[in-house]
Amino acid sequence: MTEKKEILLKIRDLRIEGYSDEKWIEIVHGVDLTLRRGEVMGLIGESGAGKSTIGLAAMGFARDGCRISGGSVEFDGLELTTTAEEDLRALRGNRIAYVAQSAAASFNPAHKLIDQHTEAPVYYRIRKRMEAQEDAMELYERLRLPNPREIGFRYPHQVSGGQLQRAMTAMAMACRPDLIIFDEPTTALDVTTQIEVLAAIRDIVDQFNTAAIYITHDLAVVAQMADTIKVLLKGNEVEEAPTAEMLENPKEEYTKSLWAVRSFKRPQKPRPTSEEPVVSVQNVDAAYGPVKVLDDVSFDVYSGMTVAVVGESGSGKSTTARVITGLLPPTTGRVLFKGEELPPNYRSRTKDQLRQAQMIYQMADTALNPKVQIHEIIGRPAQFYGGLKGAALKSRIDELLDLIELEPAKYFHRYPPELSGGQKQRIGIARALAAEPTFIICDEVTSALDQLVAEGILKLLDRLQKELNLAYMFITHDLATVRSIADEVVVMKQGKVVEQGPKDVMFTPPHHPYTDLLLSSVPEMDPNWLTTLLEERGVDNIGEAADK
Amino acid sequence: MKDVLIIVLKRLGLGLITLFVISILIFGAVELLPGDIAEAVLGQGATEENVAAMRKQLGLDRPAPVRYLDWLSGAVVGDFGNSLVSGSNVSEVIAPRFANTLFLAAYAAVIAVPLAIILGVIVALLRNSVFDRVANVLTLTSISSPEFFLGYILILYLSVKTGYFPAIAKLSSDMSLLEVLHRTFLPALTMVLVVMAHMMRMTRAAIINLLASPYIEMARLKGTPAWKVIVKHALPNAWAPIINVVALNLAYLITGVVLVEVVFVYPGIGQLLVDAVTKRDFPVVQACCLVFAATFILLNLAADVGSILTNPRLRHPK
Repeated sequence: MTEKKEILLKIRDLRIEGYSDEKWIEIVHGVDLTLRRGEVMGLIGESGAGKSTIGLAAMGFARDGCRISGGSVEFDGLELTTTAEEDLRALRGNRIAYVAQSAAASFNPAHKLIDQHTEAPVYYRIRKRMEAQEDAMELYERLRLPNPREIGFRYPHQVSGGQLQRAMTAMAMACRPDLIIFDEPTTALDVTTQIEVLAAIRDIVDQFNTAAIYITHDLAVVAQMADTIKVLLKGNEVEEAPTAEMLENPKEEYTKSLWAVRSFKRPQKPRPTSEEPVVSVQNVDAAYGPVKVLDDVSFDVYSGMTVAVVGESGSGKSTTARVITGLLPPTTGRVLFKGEELPPNYRSRTKDQLRQAQMIYQMADTALNPKVQIHEIIGRPAQFYGGLKGAALKSRIDELLDLIELEPAKYFHRYPPELSGGQKQRIGIARALAAEPTFIICDEVTSALDQLVAEGILKLLDRLQKELNLAYMFITHDLATVRSIADEVVVMKQGKVVEQGPKDVMFTPPHHPYTDLLLSSVPEMDPNWLTTLLEERGVDNIGEAADK
Repeated sequence: MKDVLIIVLKRLGLGLITLFVISILIFGAVELLPGDIAEAVLGQGATEENVAAMRKQLGLDRPAPVRYLDWLSGAVVGDFGNSLVSGSNVSEVIAPRFANTLFLAAYAAVIAVPLAIILGVIVALLRNSVFDRVANVLTLTSISSPEFFLGYILILYLSVKTGYFPAIAKLSSDMSLLEVLHRTFLPALTMVLVVMAHMMRMTRAAIINLLASPYIEMARLKGTPAWKVIVKHALPNAWAPIINVVALNLAYLITGVVLVEVVFVYPGIGQLLVDAVTKRDFPVVQACCLVFAATFILLNLAADVGSILTNPRLRHPK
């Protein structure tokens, strides 16, 4: 950015209020933002920082239950906060476009991709329907979607997540907007798929010289995409700087803490030599109906150790967990618990066998009954497995709340919706602990959480493992998490174990090609990482590597 | 499409089994009614011998399972036996009456279904406005009032006071369609008022339920006008619950209209059923019940198929 281009978007002292508990509460407290034509600005921060809200405000849009209460949003000379709704609507999809976090949820399931693509250009009379379709196919081709002339005539559920996300970027381009808001466009994707989408977005933004606001909580991703980065915290700006400068020399404490978030790393433990494994999965095959989903899966988990099971979505990680817990009886193979074979179906297992293996889920939001108080959620397994009642139960619940570092007096009678994401996940952990298990399956327990919060959960899990000598099976697609807490790693692909071994061995070359693909796909803080990687792999292979 | 066909065939099979179970229930329930036709026909002065002879003549002396099988084997080929009262063939008695009921139901449905869905879409678009509230209050009032009451109110204002429509919906074979439509307008309108609220509110709820979906927000952020967001983006995904409620109400239009028929002296199947029960004319009662049951099952089947056909995941498998 040598010459200063024309200013496209100028936000000054933007204040946004949200309606909750029957009053308006300010959630964005006077943020400034200046974006020039063709520039990409990264907005970064934890959830609740107001990133999306600010992004939408740049379109003059506030979600239901929110309102822009002060400040100005000036887009290409037009003051959006005072413009009539009808005129604002004429900008949206036309001069300012939006790319949502989950393309799978943001495409209308009832219409073909191309019909949704052409809706805006036809409505705005920019193109006739046939021209718009032709243009859509061209954009699909530029975004390296497979079968660009045909893919648009499919329904959203017939297209994979990464392809949908590219199709949505193509849709945003339909009217050749001046500005695109990307709202966490790759957060829901696997690392391998993320790369193809990142590359596609960067290309298309370059080609059309479109300005963009790129919202994410992933620093390494924003480093690849943005010219400047703005860090937000709880509706306030922390700092803003050009990308390279921000990465090398963050000024504020908060920014530094974000940068340092992956610092947690515990020492790797060796496998005990004399002991039997707590859980031993032996040559397991499993199927959903006629579809085979697990193929000869074997690995052991020893007490006090963490085995991380990694792989992309659809690789069979969660299915393995379902086999171990007895929810899905395997077609062949067996699961041993401390040397004893477990009945394949959980219905035939004894209460004690059920007690020994517990689960913690990815979405604490949906895994906790919102209408039940915390003490009941935690108390239920203590009652069921431990037979505790009255004062004994109460003191056990207090003990469990202490264990997960939540003050018993304060949280005993609360309901899940009153808690933050991290606190809810802690309740999920306490519920698993209440059964006094020896083995816990953690299914993507940190992937819905912000990095700082996730780190807290990982530390807690580590402490509990030391204190209670627990064995963990840690399902994740996030290799940074694996680096920080695993002792052993199992890499899965399409229902098969591709490679397994101690962590230090797994993270040192030479790797199995698939492990290598996974590892090299994890974005790094280096702003040139994506460019270098694309050159190494060859641009045309990226999509294919991920689509396989 | 092959999957859809298999699902439909499965549902159809289940429907037949259900109908079979219902036939047992109907037969059993009729058996439980106190008294039989022999006693009813011969009156109180009849001697034991007379009653026994009458029973033998009508075949009522045989054990219930035998009579059930006899009845069922006739019913599957459409022969429900003869009316015990008039002696005429039950199918011939029921057919014209059922046709009348179907006609009235279709008449009411043709008005009520589109009107309810269009109104539902409009109130969803104008949700929480005065129009929304007024529409809600009016339809709720009409659904909460007993049918006969609504019927009499309509008669009072549209027939007695103004003379626009006849109060009695008697039909004769030489009427033109227009005449029939005019004559049956009041009963049809009564039924429209009875079933509209349910369908309209479900349409509204099903649409509003979807408005928080990411794809609706996406449509708005593409600059789609509000009416188009509702009609093009929300409605196509809301069909499944709407279709189910429509089917339930259509079934009600056919099986639940006895009172309306009585009020307007309309020669439908409901009145026939009530008459048959009071006269202990069991073959007619059983046949009517079975026809009602079959109607219910078929309409629910149609609703299932409708919901499947509006789901793109099932229509266009991967």
